[in-house]
Amino acid sequence: MSTYEQGIIILIGINIIAVLGVSILTGFTRVFSFGNAGFMAIGAYVSALLSLRAHAPFVAAILGGMAVAGAISWLLGKLTLGLRGDYFLIATLGFGECVRVLFEYLDPITGGARGMPGIPAKTTLPAVTISVVLAILLAWNFLHSRYGRNLMAIREQGMAAEAVGIDTAHYKTLAFVVSAIYAGWSGALYAHYLTFIAPNMFNLDKSAELTITVVIGGLGSLTGSVISTVLLTVLPEVLRAASTYRMLFYGVAVVLIITVRPAGLMGYREFSLAPLHRALDRWRARRLAAGTGAKP
Amino acid sequence: MTAILDIKGLDKFFGGVKAIQNFSVELPEFGIYGLIGPNGAGKTTIFNTITGIYRPTGGSIRLQGRELVGKQPFQVANLGVGRTFQNIRLFTQLSVAENVFIACQSDADYNLLGALTRLGGFRAKEARLREKSLYLLDYMGLSQVAEAKAGSLPYGHQRKLEIARALALNPRLLLLDEPAAGMNGDESRELVDFIFRLHAEFKLSILMIEHHMDVVMKLCQHITVLNFGLTIADGTPAQITRDPGVIEAYLGREEQPC
Repeated sequence: MSTYEQGIIILIGINIIAVLGVSILTGFTRVFSFGNAGFMAIGAYVSALLSLRAHAPFVAAILGGMAVAGAISWLLGKLTLGLRGDYFLIATLGFGECVRVLFEYLDPITGGARGMPGIPAKTTLPAVTISVVLAILLAWNFLHSRYGRNLMAIREQGMAAEAVGIDTAHYKTLAFVVSAIYAGWSGALYAHYLTFIAPNMFNLDKSAELTITVVIGGLGSLTGSVISTVLLTVLPEVLRAASTYRMLFYGVAVVLIITVRPAGLMGYREFSLAPLHRALDRWRARRLAAGTGAKP
Repeated sequence: MTAILDIKGLDKFFGGVKAIQNFSVELPEFGIYGLIGPNGAGKTTIFNTITGIYRPTGGSIRLQGRELVGKQPFQVANLGVGRTFQNIRLFTQLSVAENVFIACQSDADYNLLGALTRLGGFRAKEARLREKSLYLLDYMGLSQVAEAKAGSLPYGHQRKLEIARALALNPRLLLLDEPAAGMNGDESRELVDFIFRLHAEFKLSILMIEHHMDVVMKLCQHITVLNFGLTIADGTPAQITRDPGVIEAYLGREEQPC
């Protein structure tokens, strides 16, 4: 495999992790955030600083980035999740921009707008593969437990969720923190892949891209989120010449999805072998019936 | 007999609108009490105040001696108050089975770490919840439609599903908001038997709002009649039907000849 192809696969993996977080928040809880690039930035900068200044091992640097992103999202969530949906969205949008500007101003620590070079290149293909498998496994387990079910209950009917004893404020905060931890994880991998980070990599476009990816994949489907991430990372590479029009393409895709297929590519469904098994069972039953029918 | 629900002097004002004034009721353990009254009388407001959706302007609501005023809706639910909604509120995009499965969440005795790692008997604990939800579905006669989307069910099934979901909480007190709404005579007679069975099987105390007088008269031991937020009568079904104030509120006053 060429380094170019490896690079694309690594980028897909990094994007998948951030998108999974947004999928849990937006797809399963129906809370929209335009600040997740901010959490990616926090994960990227914290882990890069841990690697450069403290010479921390890679895993510790990633965990540090995830922890700081999670802690900040918890505080932000406590402050703002009481707001109604659209106001919360605006609050996160403001937060994302604040983080970006803050990293620009912290020149002595972060290198300001010029960026931060010389981060050790530790995000290898195996490291990304392990991260993605772990991220998917944890997200799947999380969603297929009381925690994930409670989030879906909040998405479907907040008042009824409260009426069956679900602390909706607590679970919304939980979903927000999980999405920020995933964003931090993704940002940490990103920093150690590019070996250079600058604040404007984590702008509003990036946050919008994460949400759009989830919408295109289908709100409420992890499989959809993963497929859509692969498509949206590979397509601009394949259509290199047209890559300037990437955001235009996203816009058109979202308008099409919302009007033609609001449920997204997968729409609440997950990939499973169950239909295949059922088809196989039917086929066996038919053969059996044919077998017995042929007997005189 | 001890009261499971003791409401004293409950007021709820929305600005100048007095939705509930000085409402009191003492529901004994294992009792079935009814709230009736014309539209806009404040019945659902009483339910929303008991369950913590609204904060009352004055008065107290005690569940087995414990004050409910100031508690969040989820806290009231976890203290053992199950409810249904007048305008049905199901988790519409999810399956019937999932609706009940979600509501079993208060029984889940694993933590986040257990859920993420699937260790510490997670699967067995989930299986127990699943079993309980299947039992409730079966009890409500919804097993046939367990995999259907809750939003796609016919109206009567949706009402039953709401009750099943409320029962998953292991409630001691069940608040039913117009369970017979939209039902015909046969269906509402069936509902009466059904509520009696629920009441016995799950050892419930029930407070219900209902417009179908036949349902209320058969089920309730005690009825409170509301009109424009005021309690205009309360007593046994027999007393209520003879009360001139009630007849006036429902049928209007005879014109005085001039």
